[in-house]
Amino acid sequence: MGSPAGTFVRRSLLRGAAFAGAAALMPAVRPARAAAMGAQEARHLLSRTGFGPTPAEIAAWQGLDYGAAVERLLATWRAEPQTPPPDWVDITPPQFRQEVKRHKEMLAEVRAGSDAPEARPNGKKPARLERRELANANPVREQARELENWWVEEMLETDQPFVERMVLFWHNHFTSSLQKVHYAPAMYRQNLLFRRHALGNFATLLREVAKDPAMLTYLDGRQNRAGRPNENFARELLELFTLGEGHYSEADIKAAARAFTGWGLDPETGAFRLHRRQHDNGEKTFFGRTGNFGGDEILSLILEKPRVAELIVEKLWREFVSFQPDAGEVKRLAAVFRAARYEMKPLLRALFLGPAFRDPANRGALIKSPVELIVGTVRLLGLPVPEKTRLVRALRAIGQVPFAPPNVKGWAGGEAWITTNTLLMRQQILRRIIEATNVAPMGGPMQMAPPRPGRRAPMAEGGETMMEPPETTPVEGRSLRGAGSSARLGPALAGLDTQALQQALLPVPPQLPLESNLSAGEAVARLLLDPGYQLK
Amino acid sequence: MLRRDFLQVSAGLSIALATPQALAQTGTPAAKAARKAAQPAAAGGAARWDRILVLVELKGANDGLNTVIPFADPLYAKLRGPIAIPRERVVQLDQRVGLHPALKDLVEPWKARDLAIVQGIGYPYPNRSHFRSIEIWDTASAASQTLTEGWIAQAFEGVSRPAGRRFDAVVIDTNALPATGAGMLPIVMQDAESFIRQARAMGEGNRPPPANPALAHVLKVRAEIHQASLELAERMRGAPDPAHAYGTDGFSRQLALATRILMAKVPVVAIKVALGGFDTHARQMEPHERLLGMVGEGLAQFRRNLRAAGLWNDVLVMTYSEFGRRVQPNASGGTDHGTAAPHFVMGGQVKGGLHGAYPPLSDLQDGDLRHTVDFRDVFATVARRWWALDHTFGRRNPVMVDFLA
Repeated sequence: MGSPAGTFVRRSLLRGAAFAGAAALMPAVRPARAAAMGAQEARHLLSRTGFGPTPAEIAAWQGLDYGAAVERLLATWRAEPQTPPPDWVDITPPQFRQEVKRHKEMLAEVRAGSDAPEARPNGKKPARLERRELANANPVREQARELENWWVEEMLETDQPFVERMVLFWHNHFTSSLQKVHYAPAMYRQNLLFRRHALGNFATLLREVAKDPAMLTYLDGRQNRAGRPNENFARELLELFTLGEGHYSEADIKAAARAFTGWGLDPETGAFRLHRRQHDNGEKTFFGRTGNFGGDEILSLILEKPRVAELIVEKLWREFVSFQPDAGEVKRLAAVFRAARYEMKPLLRALFLGPAFRDPANRGALIKSPVELIVGTVRLLGLPVPEKTRLVRALRAIGQVPFAPPNVKGWAGGEAWITTNTLLMRQQILRRIIEATNVAPMGGPMQMAPPRPGRRAPMAEGGETMMEPPETTPVEGRSLRGAGSSARLGPALAGLDTQALQQALLPVPPQLPLESNLSAGEAVARLLLDPGYQLK
Repeated sequence: MLRRDFLQVSAGLSIALATPQALAQTGTPAAKAARKAAQPAAAGGAARWDRILVLVELKGANDGLNTVIPFADPLYAKLRGPIAIPRERVVQLDQRVGLHPALKDLVEPWKARDLAIVQGIGYPYPNRSHFRSIEIWDTASAASQTLTEGWIAQAFEGVSRPAGRRFDAVVIDTNALPATGAGMLPIVMQDAESFIRQARAMGEGNRPPPANPALAHVLKVRAEIHQASLELAERMRGAPDPAHAYGTDGFSRQLALATRILMAKVPVVAIKVALGGFDTHARQMEPHERLLGMVGEGLAQFRRNLRAAGLWNDVLVMTYSEFGRRVQPNASGGTDHGTAAPHFVMGGQVKGGLHGAYPPLSDLQDGDLRHTVDFRDVFATVARRWWALDHTFGRRNPVMVDFLA
C-alpha cells in the first residue's frame, strides 16, 4: 500500500483519486464547498453512527458540509419500524399463558407416548411424535427467535441506521431481557418505546421507561407494594439509569422504592396500571427533601441533579467517541444537555461537532459490537439473508443477542467485546461469510436443494424456508478469497480497487501487508480478516 | 504464501536435522509393536492427549452413493440411471459394495484392515442447508438444537490439560468450528500465516503498541492467540520430510503440512484438513471422479507416510460432510442435497471393514436414504475409544460404532 514510512497520510490519500471508483457510483452528490468532508471523515461519521458504511454511502456523504451531514443524521426520524412485526405481538398475557400451558401439556403427552424417541431413529411412531413436538415448538422460544430476527432484519434493512444505533443504545441503557420478562409482546413494545424517543427527550423517555411493562417485570417493579417494597428498580434507577454509584444513599433507595409502590400491570392487558391500594402514601425523605412522594416526583427530583446529564454524556461518549471520556468535555456537553432540558438532538449535535469526535486520533479507537460487526458486514457485502436465525446464532457466539443483555448493566462493551475466545469466533464467522459470499447468498439458494421437479414446491424445514433454485450452479469451496473478479460482491463493493476497498473497510491502516494488485474478492477477504476491521 | 513457506522451510531443514535416532525410535516394527502393546484399548482414566484425530471435511456434501457403491443392488443402477457407476468399474470390497474406481488407492489400506467404512451416517430430521447442516455436524447438535461450541471442544471441556500445551488443534482448512469453544485453542493456519507475515513485516522487533487503545487491545488478544502459532512455526522448522512425496493439488498440500506437523511431534489432539467442490448439482461424473481421486491418493499417501514415520498408531483419520446426495440424479446429470452417507475412518488402530448398515435403496424417505448410524454415535465412539473421554453429545444411549478396538 502507499503508506510511506509506515505513516498513514489520510488527508493526501483522500484528496487524491482514491475514491474515484466509489464516487463514480454516486456522481450526483458532490457540491464543492469549503467545509466539505473528505472520504475518511465521512467514513468515520457513518461508521460511528450506523453499521459499517458501504463505499457508495461514503461517496454519497463525502463532499457534504460536515455540519450539514450531522443535521442530516439528526433530521426527523421515522418512529415506526419498517419490518412487519411477528404476528403474536398483540396477544394478551392470559392468552400467552394459555399457549405456554398448552405446549407443556403437549410435551407431557409426547413424553408419555414415547420413552426415547431417539433410540429408534427409523421407527415410525416416535418419528411422528417428535414431528408433532417440533411443530408445536415452545412458544416462549419461538417468540424469542422471531423477535430477535425481527430486530436484526430491521437493522439490516433500515434506511436510518443511526436511529437503530440509538434504539440499541437505549436498550443497553434501560436494560430489560426477554430471559426474565418472558412475555415477548412487552419486549416488542419496549423496543417501540425506544424508537419513539430515540432522538427525543431523555426525561420523557425515563418517565415512560419507569412505567414500561417490560421494565416493571424485569426489575420487579410490579412486585413493589406498600409495606413490602421491592428495591430492585429503585436501586438500578439511581445506580445505572441516572446518577451512578456514590451519588445517592441507601436511604434514598429505600425512599424511592416506597414512592414507586403500586406501579404495576393490568393482569388482563399487561399495560401499566397504578394500583392505588398498594401505594405507600407515607412520608418519604429523598435527597434531603421530605414529602408524600410518588414515583413521578422522585423522577423529577433525580432529573434536577446535574450528575444525570454527565452520566448520559459519558455513556454516549463511550458509544460514539472513545473508551475514555474527557472530563472537561463531559462537563461542557452535560451543560448543553441540561440547557436543552434533556433534548437529545442538541446534545448529539454538540457531541458530533465537538473536537474529540472529529479528532483523527479517535478514528478506529472503538471496537465494533457484535451487532455492528455482523449487521455491518452483511450490509457491506450486500448478502441477502432470508433467514436471520443464522445471524442471531453468530451474535450469540460472540456475546450479544438482541433482547437478551447479560444483566441489568447491559453489555460491558469496549475492550470486553474482544477476548481470545470471542476474537477466534469473530474470525471464524468472518471466514464463514467470506466462504459463503461467492458460493451463494447466506441462507439463500445454496441452503436448500432446488425443489424436486413435480413435487410440492416450498416447504419449511428446520426453520429455514426453501428458496428459488439458484440461477447458476454455485461452486462450493470457492471462496471470496479465490474467486477473482467473479466474486459475488454486493453492488456496494463492485468495481473498486484495493485502495478504495481498504479505505472503505478499515478505519486504521491495514495491520496485515496488503498488496495493491489483488482481485476485489481477495482484497475484501483480506480486509475483513485484518485486525483493523474489528474497529470502528 | 506462507503455507508454502512452512513447507519449504521444513523441507529444507528437515534432512539436516532429522537424527538417525529419531528415525530408529519410531520407525522399526519392534518399536511399533511396543507402542501398540503400551496402549490398552479404550482404557478409562486419563484422557489420551497423545492421540490425534485428523478430520477431513468434504465440503459441499459428497455423493456417498457413488463413493461406496451398493453395486449388487439392482436398484442402484436403476435409480441412478446416467450417473450409475457401471458394475465392472466398481472396485469391489465384498459381494455387495465397492469403491468408486477413483478410490482405487484405498484398496491398500482396506486390505491391510486399516480402513473402516461407516455406512449410512446421518441424523433425524436432516437439514439440507449446507451451512446449517455442517454446523449441526461441527457442534454435534440435534437438528432442532442450536449449539455454538464445536464437538471436539465439548469433548475436552473441563479435562485437565497436560502442562506446557499452548494450543490444541491445527486447522489447515478455514472452518475451525469443530475445535472452537471455551478452553480450546485452535490454530487456524490462514490466520497464523497472516499473523506471522505481520510479525515479519514489522521486522520481528518490539514495535511499541499503537497509541490507539482499541487497536492495541485487539492486537494484544490476537498476539495471545497467535503466540502459539509462532511456536508451531518454530517446531516446524526442524520437522523431517515425509518419505513419500505428495501431489501438487491443494488437498495433498494440506495433507503434506499435516504430515509434517505430526512428524514434528507437535502436541495437538486434532488436525483438520478439507477438500471443497463436492456440491455436484450438474454434470457430476467427471468432477466427482477427480475429487475422489484426490481423496484416495491423498489419504493413501498420508497412510504410507505415517507408517514410514512410525506414527500410524497415533492417528485416526475421519472424513465427514454436511450430508449425502439425493438417490436419483436431477435433469442436469448432477445430484441435489440428500441425507445419509458413508464415511471413511483410517488408522493403525482402526478395525477395518464395513460398519453400520447400508441404507436400503428399497426404503427411501421422500427419495432420500434413511440413516442407519447417528453421526453423534460416531463422535461418541471417537471420544470414548480414541481419547478416553466420556462425552455422548446429548445421546442418551449412544451406540458405539465398532471401528476402534
